[in-house]
Amino acid sequence: MKIVVIGCGKIGYALVKSLSEEGHELVVIDQDVEAIEDIVSVSDVLGIHGHGANYDIQVEADVKNANLTIAVTNSDELNIVCCMMAKKMGSRHTIARVRNTEYFKYLQYMKEQLGLSLMLNPEAQTAIEISRILRFPSALKVEAFAKGGVDLIELKIKNDSPLIGLSLAAIHPKFKAKILVCTIKRNDDVFIPDGNVVLQENDAIYLTASKDQMQLFLEAIGSKKKQTRKVMIIGGGRIAYYLAKELQNSNVQITIIEQDLAKCESLSENLPFVTVIHGDGTDHELLDEEGLLTTDACVALTGFDEENVVISLYAESKNVHKVITKVSHIRLDGLLDSIGINCVVSSNVVSVNHITRYVRAMVNSKRSNSIVTLYNLVNNRVEAIEFSVTEAADYLDIPLSELKLKSNLLIASIIRERKLIIPEGKSTIQLNDKVIVVTTNKYMKHLEEILEK
Amino acid sequence: MNYKMIKYNLGAVLKIESILLVIPLIVSFIYQENNYMYFLIPIVISLLLGQLFSYKKPENKTIHAKEGFITVALVWIILSFFSALPLYLSQEIPSFTDAYFETVSGFTTTGSTILNDIEALSHSMLFIRSFNHWIGGMGILVFALMFIPTADARSLQIMKAEVPGPIVGKLVSRIKMTARILYIIYAVMTAILVILLCFGGMPLFDSLLSAFGTAGTGGFAIKSNSIQYYNSAYIDIVITVFMILFGINFNLFYLSIAKKTIKAMKSEELKYYLLIIGAAILLIMVNARGIFPNIFENFRHVSFQVSSFITTTGYTSTNFDLWPNFSRDVLLLLMFIGGCAGSTAGGLKVSRIVILFKMGIKQIKKTLHPHSVASVKFEERKADDAMQSSITAYLFIYLLLFVASMMIISLDQFDFYSNFSAVATSINNVGPGFNAFGATSNFSALSDLSKWTMTLNMLIGRLEIYPILLLFIPTTWREK
Repeated sequence: MKIVVIGCGKIGYALVKSLSEEGHELVVIDQDVEAIEDIVSVSDVLGIHGHGANYDIQVEADVKNANLTIAVTNSDELNIVCCMMAKKMGSRHTIARVRNTEYFKYLQYMKEQLGLSLMLNPEAQTAIEISRILRFPSALKVEAFAKGGVDLIELKIKNDSPLIGLSLAAIHPKFKAKILVCTIKRNDDVFIPDGNVVLQENDAIYLTASKDQMQLFLEAIGSKKKQTRKVMIIGGGRIAYYLAKELQNSNVQITIIEQDLAKCESLSENLPFVTVIHGDGTDHELLDEEGLLTTDACVALTGFDEENVVISLYAESKNVHKVITKVSHIRLDGLLDSIGINCVVSSNVVSVNHITRYVRAMVNSKRSNSIVTLYNLVNNRVEAIEFSVTEAADYLDIPLSELKLKSNLLIASIIRERKLIIPEGKSTIQLNDKVIVVTTNKYMKHLEEILEK
Repeated sequence: MNYKMIKYNLGAVLKIESILLVIPLIVSFIYQENNYMYFLIPIVISLLLGQLFSYKKPENKTIHAKEGFITVALVWIILSFFSALPLYLSQEIPSFTDAYFETVSGFTTTGSTILNDIEALSHSMLFIRSFNHWIGGMGILVFALMFIPTADARSLQIMKAEVPGPIVGKLVSRIKMTARILYIIYAVMTAILVILLCFGGMPLFDSLLSAFGTAGTGGFAIKSNSIQYYNSAYIDIVITVFMILFGINFNLFYLSIAKKTIKAMKSEELKYYLLIIGAAILLIMVNARGIFPNIFENFRHVSFQVSSFITTTGYTSTNFDLWPNFSRDVLLLLMFIGGCAGSTAGGLKVSRIVILFKMGIKQIKKTLHPHSVASVKFEERKADDAMQSSITAYLFIYLLLFVASMMIISLDQFDFYSNFSAVATSINNVGPGFNAFGATSNFSALSDLSKWTMTLNMLIGRLEIYPILLLFIPTTWREK
């Protein structure tokens, strides 16, 4: 597919890299020569130096024949203008990054009038992701599949966990909970396990189960399912605003600490149900005073990665049950893991995943047995893909144990008539099922590809 | 330094080399020359080595500029070795130094020869010499890039190191497609030239080889007195036109054909390139008017020789060594200018010369008005400080290597003009020199040391200094 990306900042960079690796033909436009040189030296894409809303530049980028134009510059208005021009010129779809909350009040109207296929709000998406994590406090990450029917949860095995030394096959008999471990990250290795793998301390595991089985399992292993009742948010930016909105109806007590008085005032105006504190989030005494010790979750959302890391480290040291850290530099992710900050959220990663998912859906919309959703796990090293079985194929109705599946993948769950099935050897894939595949083999596009050729 | 990836890439290119060597083998079959073994041996060795090197794809596939440069340098050196083997094994060129010189001269599209009697060579050996021109002109790695899977994204580093000129741009998003487009343009133009030459009464084999030499701006002739042998005004003019065409940036062809934009016509580099050619023809025609019987003959030979020198091809249509000194000096100067960036020509490249000129003018202005703010613009874009300093640094290193090589060659006791032209012709990938190395002569009289120096110069000139230079710098090999 031919994609034009306008703006090569942090999101643009990550987006171009990821889309180019998936085999799309990309053209990148940016006004900064260095940004263009950077991206061109790491990805096989065409870079054009110039203003994204310049007619000549768009002609040079051949927007006319593009299937998709994505505008991710710093300015909402520029993004919208770029997309409108691209649409008029002939680009089939357009995606604009728009952050201003004002533009989101009449989302549908705006989208239709501007001819946008998608208006991406990174902060709102990030807030949704954080709220999802807060629902399962013992998990590092939670991804929802099948419209929320299946959760994929990342757990870290701590030193007092009863799972240490247990093989995967032994989990079910011992805890009486039907769960499936899809991926294990051990040190720097990421692999798809079989039943004989024995869990060790510090493994990060991804597991899937239906909601009640998951509940059962988490209780059984002693990760007591404590509901998040009190959340402290440090940094009162846009994500904090959206997050508070998301949590509004879930009976959670929210405190936001923000340094800027004007921001505090606007927050308290717009979010009457939130306690807004004016003060420095890196000030330990202030945090203690405002009840950091008694909160269930601490979310560090200031504009600086360093501050967020420091705040999170402090919260961890005070044994706050759930600490979520926002970082902008995607490359920091691996490093943070090594200093004990496990639950990291990045609005760039969220945005990139969101767009990648959209692009895949575009590619596959006309094909058979197509991808519904896709998640990148463990720093993009594993993918969890939801396929929809919409047409007959010769691998249907055959027990999984008789299918020759590739070794680096796992069928994590099958959803049949809204009911979750955790697959066993005798399970089969049937027509109209939804199938979730977890794999280290990236860029899978069809369900057929699970089979060994 | 990612040695494994360099090794892997070398292996891949070696496999391609083994396939390329099959082509002269076929020629050998056609002419039944019974020298199959001399081709089969290098084919088998390079295939085996290639298989060995690229047996397992390394996990760390990252290539940075450094690896790109080293890969390119090593590929050119090793490939020249394998291509030299048939010439050496068959003893058609008895000395290995000579065989290697001849092959590098082929790959780098120089066209300097050490052969006293070119006609004595068998057809297949003549073919491999000229075929090297054709492959080396656009670049062996660009050739290889046509076949890489799309997942290997960082290959631009390699292309940057191999395609001549200060600025390397892609034509389309995919590097693979860019390489293919370049080679398609190249092949189509070559084919047209072959047909035109056949029309002019040149035998097919000669047309093919002359076309290879023209396309790569190489200049290996298959007759001792080069194109003069055919003594045809038609052939001279066809080759003149095509030499000029192959000295133009290939991106411009693509833009004007595929995108039908007139942008190509506006290219500043092209404008200056044609301007220089025109001026040089005019100057020499006036200066050398006494030599030719009529103005047509004058124009025919002068335009041929000027195009031959500025595009660094090195074909001769007449013995230019008999021309007046001024004319010869103009030709010598043209060697240094060279063709456009992104063409198959050698030399410093018109774009560098133009930017250097503009920098000079800016500096003069600055002396007159110390507070003036002036920027150097090229192709409607500002040439920033980084680019300017890289060009001046390039020029300096170029001159340094030039002087050093001249000192070595002067050990052979030829006169200054000969020495100077020999180094100029090798580092600019032209072909013939002047006086002792002029149109009717060759380089066989040089000592082995001088031949190796010139071989190195040819590689340095073709790959634009840095890749080869990096090989000799210890920090390149030191692990951090």
